[in-house]
Amino acid sequence: MSNTVLTVEDLSVTFALHGSEVHAVRDMNFTLTEGEILAVVGESGSGKSQAFLSIMGLLAKNGRVTGNAMLGDVNLVGMDKVKLDAYRGKDIAMIFQDPMTSLNPSLRVRTQLSEVLVKHRGFDKEKAVLAAIEMLERVGIPEPAKRSNAFPHELSGGMRQRVMIAMALLCQPKILIADEPTTALDVTVQAQMLDLFKSLTEDFGTALVLITHDLGVVAGIADRMMVMYGGRAVEKGKVDDLFYDPKHPYTLGLLHSTPHIAHRAARLDPIQGLPPSLEHLPKGCSFNPRCAFRFERCLAERPPLAPAGEGREKACFYEGELNYEKVA
Amino acid sequence: MLGYALRRVLSAIPIALIAVSVCFFILRLAPGGPFDGERALPPLVLANLRAHYSLDQPLVVQYFIYIWRLLHGDLGPSMVIEGFSVSRLIAIGFPFTLTLALTAFVIATAIGLLAGMVAAVNQNKWPDYVLVLAVMIGVIIPNFLMAALLQLWFGVHLGWFPAGGWVTGSWMHLVLPVTVLAWPHAARISRLMRGSMIEILGTNYVRTARSKGLGERLVLARHAIKPALIPVVSYLGPGLSYLLTGSLAVEQIFGLPGIGKYFVTAALNRDYGIVLGTTILYMFIILALNLIVDLVYAWLDPKVRYR
Repeated sequence: MSNTVLTVEDLSVTFALHGSEVHAVRDMNFTLTEGEILAVVGESGSGKSQAFLSIMGLLAKNGRVTGNAMLGDVNLVGMDKVKLDAYRGKDIAMIFQDPMTSLNPSLRVRTQLSEVLVKHRGFDKEKAVLAAIEMLERVGIPEPAKRSNAFPHELSGGMRQRVMIAMALLCQPKILIADEPTTALDVTVQAQMLDLFKSLTEDFGTALVLITHDLGVVAGIADRMMVMYGGRAVEKGKVDDLFYDPKHPYTLGLLHSTPHIAHRAARLDPIQGLPPSLEHLPKGCSFNPRCAFRFERCLAERPPLAPAGEGREKACFYEGELNYEKVA
Repeated sequence: MLGYALRRVLSAIPIALIAVSVCFFILRLAPGGPFDGERALPPLVLANLRAHYSLDQPLVVQYFIYIWRLLHGDLGPSMVIEGFSVSRLIAIGFPFTLTLALTAFVIATAIGLLAGMVAAVNQNKWPDYVLVLAVMIGVIIPNFLMAALLQLWFGVHLGWFPAGGWVTGSWMHLVLPVTVLAWPHAARISRLMRGSMIEILGTNYVRTARSKGLGERLVLARHAIKPALIPVVSYLGPGLSYLLTGSLAVEQIFGLPGIGKYFVTAALNRDYGIVLGTTILYMFIILALNLIVDLVYAWLDPKVRYR
């Protein structure tokens, strides 16, 4: 039985915007066990990034977070920034979407890596640099000693993302959050990155949270997935279960709007309509305006996230067969 | 880095030559000359004077004579004051002007950078508002008015500092002129630094630095300040040259023994030698400052280095 490394309970994130409150994330609950890979899937604006930025204490100034995020027996939510710095980068690390802008352009790679070890492990500068070079080699950077001297702009996008990964893994964190880590990269490089994530998290026993909108990425490496819509989780479960037997119409729609090389369709089937504005969520189920399976109850009541089979949860009232023809 | 520096030095040479030529011809295009006075000189005296200073030669010949002398390090004589020359003037007045401008520069830059950073970190809180007010005052009030106000208040009413004049070695006499010079400079720098710092604090790489748990102090010191300095540094070169030229006026107002007094009189008298020599001196200083700025820039922004 593996250990739980992170327990998130009732996590909500709100932003003060134009004098009103916008709920970016509502009542998020999940647990993360040692070494597991959890994919968090959703369209832009579904709250998936904000949820994890809030756990890292990286929300914008107008953001507010409530709930708990228990790392062992400490709650990261609402923790003083100074105390939080003892955990950030050490036990819980994050990789961001855009490797082009996420590294400091005026500091050498060496500096940006070694400072993590100096801070969290108390290494002296020299030892930290050696460890950093070792980690660069580990993430597949050729001539790591030479590259460690480079500035970020001297490296390609893929190299920079490898540097980001190396930086996040230096302290062998319990949890690694990767926010769209492959979105800004070439497709060929994407595959390499995913392999790297998989092998490194296995080696270090790190639990990986993979925030993405790319179901191809999810299928490749994740164990479990959580689908988010309008700031809430709408379906959770094992990746295989959700892929072969989606129980929420939104999950179904996502699966069918993904291009598939085996059946070459003449055109893609996007989900009809647009993601909702978080400022004006529809009454009842947030997905109801775009849902082909909706009935009266969906317009009046919001479906709670409830167990739906073994190890699965969904937030949907519809209990019949989800057939794709109805969506199309 | 060395090659970059060398290339920048070499490219300054044609710029210097063009600037000297433009100054030379513009000055000559201005009506009047050094020997036009209330009372016309006897024609023979005038002819001799003109011959002595080669003013009887065609303008182009005069130009080449001037360049030739310049290449030998001779900035030329005064054409109005007997036995006076640009080199003399520089020897007498320039150390003072430079001291005044540099003091103002160092103080203003230090205050400006610090104030900008504090304001950026406390954006839309009271330190930020205090700064905005100080900046407004510094930018809006012209230096001659500021000088008069400070003289009146701190010099006459309160009597804390002398309102003008100069006693060798007395820093008290420098307080008011340096304040007048430094204030607008500090104001501009703090505004630049505030804006640039706020921008940098919102970048992805500062977020990355925070996610590493480095602590806010290290995030600021290592990750934010260096890139935030880039736009500020590009202002420092022109900024110092404003101070050097601005100090000419301030010296006049406070009766200080810098170049200012001579330069203003020389310009009114069409003293070609002094005006041209001083202008060229300033031009070289500005070129040198820009060069230094470019080199510092290359250090701050590694992308510039290998171009």
